[in-house]
Amino acid sequence: MANIDWPKQGTASVLGTSPDRLDAIAKASGAAKYTYDIVPDKMLLARVLGCPLAHCKVKSIDVAPALKVPGVVAAEPMKNAGDEVLWEGDILAIVAGETEGAVAEGLKAIKLDLEPLEFYVDDANLEAAEKADRTRPAGRNVRTPDDVDDEDEYFEKLFKECERDGVVIEAEYGVNVITHMCLEPHGSTCVWEGDKLIVYHSTQNVSGTAPQFASPLGVAASDVTVICDYIGGGFGSKFQADEWSVAAARLAKSTGRPVKLMLDRATELKTAGNRPSGFIKVKVGADKNGVVKVWDSHHWGTNGPAGAPVSQAVIPYVFDPPNRRRVVTSISTNTGPARAWRAPNHPQGCAMSQTAYDDIARALGIDSYDVFLRNLPSVTNDKAEVYADQMKIAAKLMDWKAKWHPHGKGPERDGVVSGLGMAIHTWGGAAHNSSCTIKVHPDGGVEAILGSQDLGTGTRTVIAMVVAETLGLPVDAVKVSIGSSKYPASGPSGGSTTVGGVSESTRRGATAALNMLLAKVAPKLGVDADQLQAKNGRIEVIGNPSKSVSWKEACSLLGMNPIEAQGNFQRGQSENSLSSSGAAGVQMAEVEVDRETGVVRIKKFVAVQDMGLIINRKLATSQIHGSVIMGIAYALFEERIMDNKTGKFLNAELSDYKLPRLGDVGEVVVELYEPESEYNRGVVGLGEPPVIAPGAAISNAVCNALGVRVPVLPLTPARVLAALGKG
Amino acid sequence: MKAFEYAAPTTEAEVLELLSPEWGKTEILAGGTDLVGLMKAMIITPDRVVNIKEVDTLRGIRRTSQGLEIGAVTNLDDIHDSPHLEPFPAVRQVIAGLGSMQLAAQGTIGGDLCKRPNCWYFRNGFGLLAKRGTLVAEGDNRYHAIFNNAGPAKFVSGSRLAPALIALGAFVRVIGPDPEQQAEIPLSEFYRTPRDENQRENVLLPSQLVADVVIPDLGLANAAYEVKQGCGPEVPLAAAAAALRIEGGRVTDARVVLGQVAPTPWVSADAREALLGQPVNESTAEAAADAAVRSATPLSHNAYKVQLARVAVKRAILRAAGHQTGGF
Repeated sequence: MANIDWPKQGTASVLGTSPDRLDAIAKASGAAKYTYDIVPDKMLLARVLGCPLAHCKVKSIDVAPALKVPGVVAAEPMKNAGDEVLWEGDILAIVAGETEGAVAEGLKAIKLDLEPLEFYVDDANLEAAEKADRTRPAGRNVRTPDDVDDEDEYFEKLFKECERDGVVIEAEYGVNVITHMCLEPHGSTCVWEGDKLIVYHSTQNVSGTAPQFASPLGVAASDVTVICDYIGGGFGSKFQADEWSVAAARLAKSTGRPVKLMLDRATELKTAGNRPSGFIKVKVGADKNGVVKVWDSHHWGTNGPAGAPVSQAVIPYVFDPPNRRRVVTSISTNTGPARAWRAPNHPQGCAMSQTAYDDIARALGIDSYDVFLRNLPSVTNDKAEVYADQMKIAAKLMDWKAKWHPHGKGPERDGVVSGLGMAIHTWGGAAHNSSCTIKVHPDGGVEAILGSQDLGTGTRTVIAMVVAETLGLPVDAVKVSIGSSKYPASGPSGGSTTVGGVSESTRRGATAALNMLLAKVAPKLGVDADQLQAKNGRIEVIGNPSKSVSWKEACSLLGMNPIEAQGNFQRGQSENSLSSSGAAGVQMAEVEVDRETGVVRIKKFVAVQDMGLIINRKLATSQIHGSVIMGIAYALFEERIMDNKTGKFLNAELSDYKLPRLGDVGEVVVELYEPESEYNRGVVGLGEPPVIAPGAAISNAVCNALGVRVPVLPLTPARVLAALGKG
Repeated sequence: MKAFEYAAPTTEAEVLELLSPEWGKTEILAGGTDLVGLMKAMIITPDRVVNIKEVDTLRGIRRTSQGLEIGAVTNLDDIHDSPHLEPFPAVRQVIAGLGSMQLAAQGTIGGDLCKRPNCWYFRNGFGLLAKRGTLVAEGDNRYHAIFNNAGPAKFVSGSRLAPALIALGAFVRVIGPDPEQQAEIPLSEFYRTPRDENQRENVLLPSQLVADVVIPDLGLANAAYEVKQGCGPEVPLAAAAAALRIEGGRVTDARVVLGQVAPTPWVSADAREALLGQPVNESTAEAAADAAVRSATPLSHNAYKVQLARVAVKRAILRAAGHQTGGF
């Protein structure tokens, strides 16, 4: 009998190797069909009308003129008279028609009567927000020894001590709102077959969205099938059915024709999610070695109309000094509501606080590496030793010691200065619930079936590898079916939970299937089933591999019917956990800055990352490359630009919303950190951790290069020049 | 996108016949890299689109007695790769800096010269002058003009190539409205600053067409420098081109033209004055750069562009004279 555990490190045949993505050719050749590519017969196209005003009351939305436009087939308002609209781009109406042109004219023809209301969009400016009555307290958390009576007096005393014996810095940092910028916008193609609905939905959550369609449409969840074979980006913003897709399904029903609605780019950026901003004012005291003794901060920001800023729990980030006070203020803005963005709260927390740790090094004139190292005893997780080890590895890959110079003291060559910066991060990444069906057919074919989804990071391939490892087969012998709500339910792909979840369920399911097969083979080989193992495409007697049958021959013993086994994993309830949680990670950036233009270039970026047991090294490396690039994007380029004058999101187009290109990325060096202690923890999710630290690491590197802090991300030329007093 | 009539004539005369005498009724399609986006956003809503890429006489790179003649629909890629462009590195540098294979392969020189302005109020549907300029003045003007911005127009000229071509003394051959009508217009006089929404940003009539661009053989040392935040197909933050005649180690003729700083390409007479009679070195280039931005009038959010324009001018001058410069 095969047990439910992983092979010992170094003994696996498939785990830890680097096969290509199973769908690589399909994607590269265009054979892979994304939601955007689904074109059923007689399909209508739909688009939505975004509100032109940042804040208003709907008096009326008249879609009758739209219905008169030739080619328009259906239109309906999505807000009622009297509704308050809280941001520019919130959806007012939907139009479906025969062509894109007809729909566009239909949208333009809709008659809007909107009563403008006062709006506020400036999330960086706390004073203005207070004046506009848009702030509210959002948390206050103090840690001092129990016997402290007067908190203010106590903090003042600590700062005085630090001033005398070490250093105190007062600074401001921040990071603007960014969007998810999924290349494939949110949307669906909705097809009714009688009273049953099929939704081709661009989603991170195939198993969880059917009920969200069913309820507002008045049908049973069991009559809704959600399908997503491929998705062009989600990053945390695609867990829901979404009102626009539900509206498309409604129009598909009323017109009797399939309807495709993919959001236009501007609506996508204005309405389908963003990452909250964070701005902080902080006073930090440290001893002469740079060990932080006291932290006192106030941060603010917005997630849209609700206002909720970055959580206080990530301030300061990973490091947790003995004395701290953190105060949070939320700012309600007339901007689109936030959605989870890869590692919610963490990138902002890191960028708002590990910058301060670096400024401690700057103020003391000591190596940032040493300040990070000396503060490791205070980390909030139990990973101080892991960080120290990872820092050593990262420093070697970066050649940190040789390249280091004190902040602002490096050589200048033709106006260009270089600098180093680092940051560390942490994330949970526990496996989500997942069920799967494993089938072994009499002809030897193997299927894994589960209602998960591949966000592009390689979930399909990981599933096939786990099954192949378990059954002793090559990866391409396993057919993986995912992406349908009709398959056994698996969790949404968010929070770095997927690889843990699907490997838990498929390892369990495949082990169960194998044990059923071994029971059939045992009599033929004249041994007990627990003396058999699957290896190299054969079922063999343990310790006597010459006594064996081929996989195909073994399966032929099944007769007419395939073996079908279920694998099921419930977080916290399943025995023999194959997964764990808690990741660390260290990143280092080397940048060059043109002091005359303020342009920043990434020269080299090192990412050292643990993730427990690594299933596919190539995909893991690729995942980290993607994270680093996404990190460079928000460190140097990405920014939602809101106009205080009109309340509009001014750069809600790819032409104006800046993103890095390959030439902006520099050399990225990835080190997968997998000592035995990591491997033995089982699988830990990787999706979020490596995207957290780039902002702080790059900001710190720019500060090291220039000798002055550019406080707010992204580090645009305008901001760099302002910090240099040249703007 | 509004439904429109599509025409693909094959002769210049047919093109002119298809163009309306009224702005907004017809639009000329060359590469379409900007027009199509503006039409999809319904910022531009023509009744008819006239594709001029099928007109063979508008394509090609030819040496003539006047200089190098480049047809309006010649692809930017082809221009970049042509051996005839050897004497005009400024043009090649700008095309290489587009940062997009697609834009270079699909875009045309005529399209670039006539590209609509960069201004996010214009492109968000507030009109070219965005409430007589008040939206820009009181709103977010980080990418707007730092010269000639006192009037309602505060956008920046959309053309990437115009500064280099103006510095090189190029002119355009404009045809229409009647087929036999044509005029040669120095590119330095082609652009203008509109004063009301009925005017456009160049002197063309709605029924006229840029047929080709001629770069005369003046033998000027030249270079362009664009300040870009990254390597992608983004609009530069500031740009400059310089064309110099250097005789006996001194500048005897100079044209310095800035881009992304004004509603038109911005010819700097001050920079020219500063350079004349001087050798080209770090300090004279710096002095010319200072002179170029001395009269800048930045708006509320774009003072940093003055510094960037200064650096662009300095580096363009130094590079034109074959010097190394700092920066990337």
